[in-house]
Amino acid sequence: MDEFILIFRHEDGNKVASPEQLQIWMKQTMDWIGSIAAQNKFSGGNGLPFEDSKVVRPNNMVTNGPFGDIKETIGGYIMVKADSVDEAVEFAKGCPVLQGEGNSVEVRKIAKGDGIH
Amino acid sequence: MHKDLYGNGPAALVCKPGHCLFSLMEQQELIPHLFRTEFRKITAVLCKLFGMEHIEIAEDIASDTFLSAVETWSFKGLPANPTAWLYAVAKNKAKNYCSHHAVFTQKVAGQVQAVTTVEEIQVDLSEENITDSQLQMLFAICHPAIAVEAQIGLSLRILCGFGIDEIAGAFLTNKETINKRLFRAKEKLRAERIPIEFPPPAAINKRLETVLTTLYLLFSEGYYSESQDTVLRKDLCIEAMRLTYLLIENGQTNLPQVNALMSLMCFHASRFEARMNKQGEAVLYHEQDEQLWNHDLITQGTYFFNQASTGASISKYHIEAGIAYWHTIKADTKEKWESILQLYNQLLQLEYSPIAALNRTYALSKANSKQEAIAEAEKLQLTDNHFYYTLLGELYKGIDNQKAKNNYQKALGLAKTRTDRHTIQKQIDQLV
Repeated sequence: MDEFILIFRHEDGNKVASPEQLQIWMKQTMDWIGSIAAQNKFSGGNGLPFEDSKVVRPNNMVTNGPFGDIKETIGGYIMVKADSVDEAVEFAKGCPVLQGEGNSVEVRKIAKGDGIH
Repeated sequence: MHKDLYGNGPAALVCKPGHCLFSLMEQQELIPHLFRTEFRKITAVLCKLFGMEHIEIAEDIASDTFLSAVETWSFKGLPANPTAWLYAVAKNKAKNYCSHHAVFTQKVAGQVQAVTTVEEIQVDLSEENITDSQLQMLFAICHPAIAVEAQIGLSLRILCGFGIDEIAGAFLTNKETINKRLFRAKEKLRAERIPIEFPPPAAINKRLETVLTTLYLLFSEGYYSESQDTVLRKDLCIEAMRLTYLLIENGQTNLPQVNALMSLMCFHASRFEARMNKQGEAVLYHEQDEQLWNHDLITQGTYFFNQASTGASISKYHIEAGIAYWHTIKADTKEKWESILQLYNQLLQLEYSPIAALNRTYALSKANSKQEAIAEAEKLQLTDNHFYYTLLGELYKGIDNQKAKNNYQKALGLAKTRTDRHTIQKQIDQLV
């Protein structure tokens, strides 16, 4: 069993949703994570709020948030246990983030601390 | 020592033929009652005094004290204060034992600082020392080095004063198995040299985890036991609650997760009377008579839940107490099932268990839709679990009754107990 990280990428981090819309997304996200956890395939995750975000560049250059310069912003991630990348992709397909046009979920295998990766 | 008393508990004591000066009824009620409340206190205090390697001597002296009580009280009648009488006799027996076993006394005296002679060995049966000894024994027995099953057995024997018969009844096994299990557990306690002491402040949280797990399992053993003995099952739940309360009464262990566990137990226990009908058959939640729910326990559960709502971390007991709270509200509202669903979503992230996964899927059917729940249920593939097929049967009911029936039939094939088979058969019959 391998571990994969599903990274939520938002096309536009400046978009503001209504509280009602946020509540619906929240429930959908919780149900989606609950579904993975009910299959004993959930291993962790975090939301990454857009507030208090900075980008640090060479020569101590610090800017507010990654927005503006970059097209995509990372809004959060979860880690799942899966037998293959295909299984992890199936989990990713259910992610509510994908309801936003231009958004995407990146699926990446997590390196094992086995000295090979 | 009267080894024959071992494991027979109150039952054996009352069967002693009486030249009773007091009525048999009175004796029948009082002695088991005292046995249940005082045996564990005397044992804990003596264990604490003698050390874990002499746990059996402590038990023997406590048993012997009760045998003396039965013999003496049968002839002379009840003393004015039976508890004080028991304590005085236990103290004497402990001292006698020490004076007859010089080597033992030297060893014990070596452990108890500044004690040099038999006369100086003090058996302190004050309320304070009893509570301290029981708490310390609780931490010693629930040591991570001891297997969980053995922890539960030892807790029942040493901390709850259950007879071997009763423990065997609760685990649906025989006395020999329980005796062997307890014997091995005591050997382990001795081999690991587990001290009878309160863990240092820095270690309390970690050690408390094991203690709470054992108390949780002790409660579940009573609540979900297959045993038909309702009184025994209820006793198990009450004892688990009593021990949890012991932790709440102590300033150092009166922590949010302990209150959350207590709250959870109160909420569950409130349905005890409603969960089984007069024929001893399980009554499903939605078929229960709400009038039989114990509202005092629900109020207490709410109190402890509020007490638990401090601090920064949420334990699985908090989440389970939240779920149990919603179950104390009978009305089938959208809000109720949405809350239960979200709590199960949270619980599963913290700790997976098949039963939580199944319950989550049931909540999903109530909060979202049966169709969504069926799709989710099919992903679980808990094909060796009869609850899995019972859930699928329930979900397909009214959507595809043939599939519902097929699933119930699979559940019937996997169910192990008469009660479960009966409940499932009833569902099948209702479908036709």
